[in-house]
Amino acid sequence: MADLLTIENLDKDYSGVPVLEGVSLTLAPGTILGLIGENGAGKSTLIKCLNGLEHCCGGRILLDGHPVSFRNTAQAVAAGISTVPQEFNLIGELSVCENLFLGREPRTRFGLLDRSRMRAEARRLLAELRADLDPDRRVETLNVAEKQFVEIARALSQNCRLLIMDEPTTVLNNPETELLFDIMRKLRATGVSIIFVSHKLREVKSICDEVAVLRDGRIVGRDATAKLEPDAMARMMVGRELSRKFPPRKAPPENAPVLLALEHVSVAGVLEDISFELHRGEILGVAGLGGSGRSEMAETIYGLRRMTGGRMILDGREVRFRSAPQAVAAGVALLAEDRQGAGVLLDFPLEENITLTSLPRYGRWFIDRKAERGRAEFYRERFSIRAADTRTPVRSLSGGNQQKVAIAKGLDPSPKLFIFDEPTRGVDVGARSEVYHFIRHLADEGVSCLLISSDLEEIIGMCRRALVMRGGRLAGIVEEDAVNEEEIMYLATGVK
Amino acid sequence: MTKSLSFQKNHWNRFLREGGPWLALAVLLVVCCLSSESFRQPQNLLNIMRQVSYSGIIALGMTLIIIGGGIDLAVGSLLALSGVLGIMVMNQVADPLVGLMLGAGVALAVGIGGGALNGLLVAAGRIPPFIATLGTLSIFRSLALYAADAGLVSSGNDHFRRLGAAAWLGVPVPVWVLLATAVIFSILLNRTRFGRHLCAVGSNERVAHYAAIRTGRIRFLTYVLAGAAVGISALLLGGRLNSISSTNAGLSYELDAIAAVIIGGTAMAGGRGSVWGTLAGILILGIVSNVLDMWGVSVNLQGAVKGAVIIGAVLIQRKR
Repeated sequence: MADLLTIENLDKDYSGVPVLEGVSLTLAPGTILGLIGENGAGKSTLIKCLNGLEHCCGGRILLDGHPVSFRNTAQAVAAGISTVPQEFNLIGELSVCENLFLGREPRTRFGLLDRSRMRAEARRLLAELRADLDPDRRVETLNVAEKQFVEIARALSQNCRLLIMDEPTTVLNNPETELLFDIMRKLRATGVSIIFVSHKLREVKSICDEVAVLRDGRIVGRDATAKLEPDAMARMMVGRELSRKFPPRKAPPENAPVLLALEHVSVAGVLEDISFELHRGEILGVAGLGGSGRSEMAETIYGLRRMTGGRMILDGREVRFRSAPQAVAAGVALLAEDRQGAGVLLDFPLEENITLTSLPRYGRWFIDRKAERGRAEFYRERFSIRAADTRTPVRSLSGGNQQKVAIAKGLDPSPKLFIFDEPTRGVDVGARSEVYHFIRHLADEGVSCLLISSDLEEIIGMCRRALVMRGGRLAGIVEEDAVNEEEIMYLATGVK
Repeated sequence: MTKSLSFQKNHWNRFLREGGPWLALAVLLVVCCLSSESFRQPQNLLNIMRQVSYSGIIALGMTLIIIGGGIDLAVGSLLALSGVLGIMVMNQVADPLVGLMLGAGVALAVGIGGGALNGLLVAAGRIPPFIATLGTLSIFRSLALYAADAGLVSSGNDHFRRLGAAAWLGVPVPVWVLLATAVIFSILLNRTRFGRHLCAVGSNERVAHYAAIRTGRIRFLTYVLAGAAVGISALLLGGRLNSISSTNAGLSYELDAIAAVIIGGTAMAGGRGSVWGTLAGILILGIVSNVLDMWGVSVNLQGAVKGAVIIGAVLIQRKR
């Protein structure tokens, strides 16, 4: 069968700095291609060249054997290439079906919106995806998985033949991911090809037919998935043998005192009756599906939500934070789940991000810029943050380096308790391992860590004890050998 | 890989953002001096500076509010209220010096109080700043009209009049106050924790909130500072005219102030901005209207030119 997509010797540079060099790739109809590579390898740029957001500087893109050159995304969509972006392009105030037909609404012969046709068409599309969604629901009331279905349905309604999905599973939990994979298989059966960009190599292994590996702007490998194991993929991505991904698991010392204790803590409508103890120097995992209250618990400990019941004891003293500044003063740090929305100021330079929480330390009246810069320089070296200097705006850093800045920001006030909410989301393999070793190191220094993660491998690799949450409650605490995938999923889904 | 590029771009942007308005001002100044004999008289230049200083002081306060992601439409009517009440109190006291002190205190207190009200509505009441200050715009003006019976309140205080006409080293007092305010606000913005936090709040309030910054307090403070600037401006204007008109004083000052902030390169979306840029903006506006007078352009047409300057400034800034 003729190839749907052919990329020949694609070059792309930004003002002379090469980002893609001689990339060639073919894709047959009805194939799922995994596109993997570290952050900065050129994945996003390649995608942008395909969907019309960027122009390539050299080489050709052929669709059905005909050279194409898109000046904008609309042309790409018209040619049958749709993208499900990481950040969804949906309007929260509008309904599902209004979003589906945004900009190309069917009209009646009087020029008014043909609502009944929109609704019927939306129902048909969603039914095709087996997504049980009411077309009249407002998009802002949907969860991330449902929003993603809307994006996919929109692509399908535009007769898409090549669907590009940019890290679609980072925001999904396991059952949702399975559902997405079912949809992807159905699409493949109808002849749609999919480019699946992901950092999760096991998922790539399970869903993709073929894998292409990008490194430093070149394709360094392309093979059938059946022949590649995830660790082989990882080796190709980084171009070297990976050291062990996780640092050794360690229990805190026998006599380690309790640093944080929650006793029957509740937050009306969000959390109910949460009790647990966290020891000094312990890394306590927090697992659970999306919406199980993990982040809400983190926000409560950090003073962003008010407890409506129960007690919280930090370092032997009962505390009742009414705001984040109080929590910070008491030695709590939070790495927020939503890095760009709550973690770092993209337009601020590195140094000003790092000292944002700890600014009172840098002078009573005037900011001691020299001390600030010195401190930022210290973190840049310690975390090997790849940035030209500490004046560089955080926007220009890669996801992994942005995360390191966010961690440095939390660390600078010298916390006793550090809550990591999804610390490796959108972080590439190399930086991920650095984050793990960093958390381990912090715990060794006596800081207590809460590690919230949707990535079970991460919890299992890092923690000897983990909380499992479900529906705003503590479903159970697993320890030692019970920290395994089956046990956690049983508790998280309520099977047990 | 794109590091060096973005680095250069940043420096270039920074230069355009901070130097651009001053560059434009310099060009304008040269053109005007060459084209008009009467424009380049030192007395005329001093007059321009004095004329812009009343709304200029307010524009400096507005700069802080806009950097924090807010806006204040009530500054003009707060100026009228603060001036009217200040002069009324001043007139009640027989001793001119005590009267001046008391009146000035009242004018300042009214400015700060009005700003605090705006700040409370925005920060604690969580009302969008545009709407909150649209409401107080109406309230302040109405109170001023009521207090002055919709008329003019004149001062009989000699000290007050002398203060309004005073000059130091040949430069009128309002100009000194304008410069001093710019220095103070610029230090606040660039050197202190408050300034850093203000930019953070304007850049992304949620990130600031998570970084344990008391975002409400920061936004509240910007309105209080702007209110204080309004009170000071009311005093200087009242002293200059020896009266405050409850109907006309401060009319459309909010627009002049916002225009100066925009021309000065401060982002309307908040997060970054420059006090000195605003100063350049206010001077540009003053020079344009002065030179149009010199050229004999109808006062009625001057608004159109001013509008074109504002739109042009935004277009130039958006290019990068």
